[in-house]
Amino acid sequence: MKARVIVMPREGVLDPQGKAIQNALHSLGYDAVRDLRAGKCFEIDLADMPRAKAEALLHEMSEKLLANPVIESWKITLEEE
Amino acid sequence: MSPRSREDVQVGVVVFPGSCDDHDAYHALAHVLGVRARFVWHKEESLEGLDAVMLPGGFSYGDYLRCGAMAKFSPVMKAVRRFAEAGGYVLGTCNGFQILCESGLLPGALIRNRSLRFLCEPRQALRVERSDTPWTSRTEKGRVLRIPIKHGEGCYYADPATLEALQAKGQILLRYSTPDGRVSEDANPNGSLLHIAGIMNPRGNVFGLMPHPEHAVEPGLGGEDGRRILDALIDTLLAAPARPTPGRAPQAASPSAPR
Repeated sequence: MKARVIVMPREGVLDPQGKAIQNALHSLGYDAVRDLRAGKCFEIDLADMPRAKAEALLHEMSEKLLANPVIESWKITLEEE
Repeated sequence: MSPRSREDVQVGVVVFPGSCDDHDAYHALAHVLGVRARFVWHKEESLEGLDAVMLPGGFSYGDYLRCGAMAKFSPVMKAVRRFAEAGGYVLGTCNGFQILCESGLLPGALIRNRSLRFLCEPRQALRVERSDTPWTSRTEKGRVLRIPIKHGEGCYYADPATLEALQAKGQILLRYSTPDGRVSEDANPNGSLLHIAGIMNPRGNVFGLMPHPEHAVEPGLGGEDGRRILDALIDTLLAAPARPTPGRAPQAASPSAPR
């Protein structure tokens, strides 16, 4: 089963990378961009297992390694085959 | 037995794949400060015989994912954690500080510099916040040290409750400042909250800082202010009652350790 974990800087944590990308878009003329935050996306091919178990496992992986809970939060999506 | 003279003091310098200040740290310890230094490969699982451990600067595991994120799961870090819990002295500079934060041995995290630029300042001014600690006993509160910084991810971040606790417990040892010791946004090179350049744990045996004391130990090469920190550590080790052995009850704090 395919899973996707999106890791984003927590609300209130400085995101200088996002700010720089936003400024670059503005200088390209995309004035419609109001705000931008930059994060990371992990695409994971996971062995087949019950959905709840997969979600629990992905949360565990995120907390341990994929994200640093001090500065980042994460969202998990699972795609059925 | 506690070490009796400098030649008896054994400091381990951990080498991760991608460490690059390990040899400078070794040089400072063994050739300038006159203690015994030993490289500790990241796959080693024992720190037996060491009086202190240093996690050097560099780019452990290529800085993949986040700085220090991969290093925290290396076999040696399990040993470093046990060592610290037994009261052993652990110093992390730059990437070493990032690893200590990722491992939870120190609170908070180090994120991308606010400027997004890699900083390289050979004589960064740092204000000493307290001198009654194992790491700063060779200097005075309010004194300005000049020590190099070179990093891309040195912006210290922690949530407001953690910042409050750091202040209340006197865990902040160094702040970025002007050369005359004023702390201001203009003097903050990387956007660190509370201008934090270095913090210790509440017990006082783990210290992490972004600046590089090991690069400032010789007058011809950027000054000797880094010695104040490394010499203070050696004083502490010479005064310590016994070498920490993992598994044994934690030793009493040394006389210079904070309450």
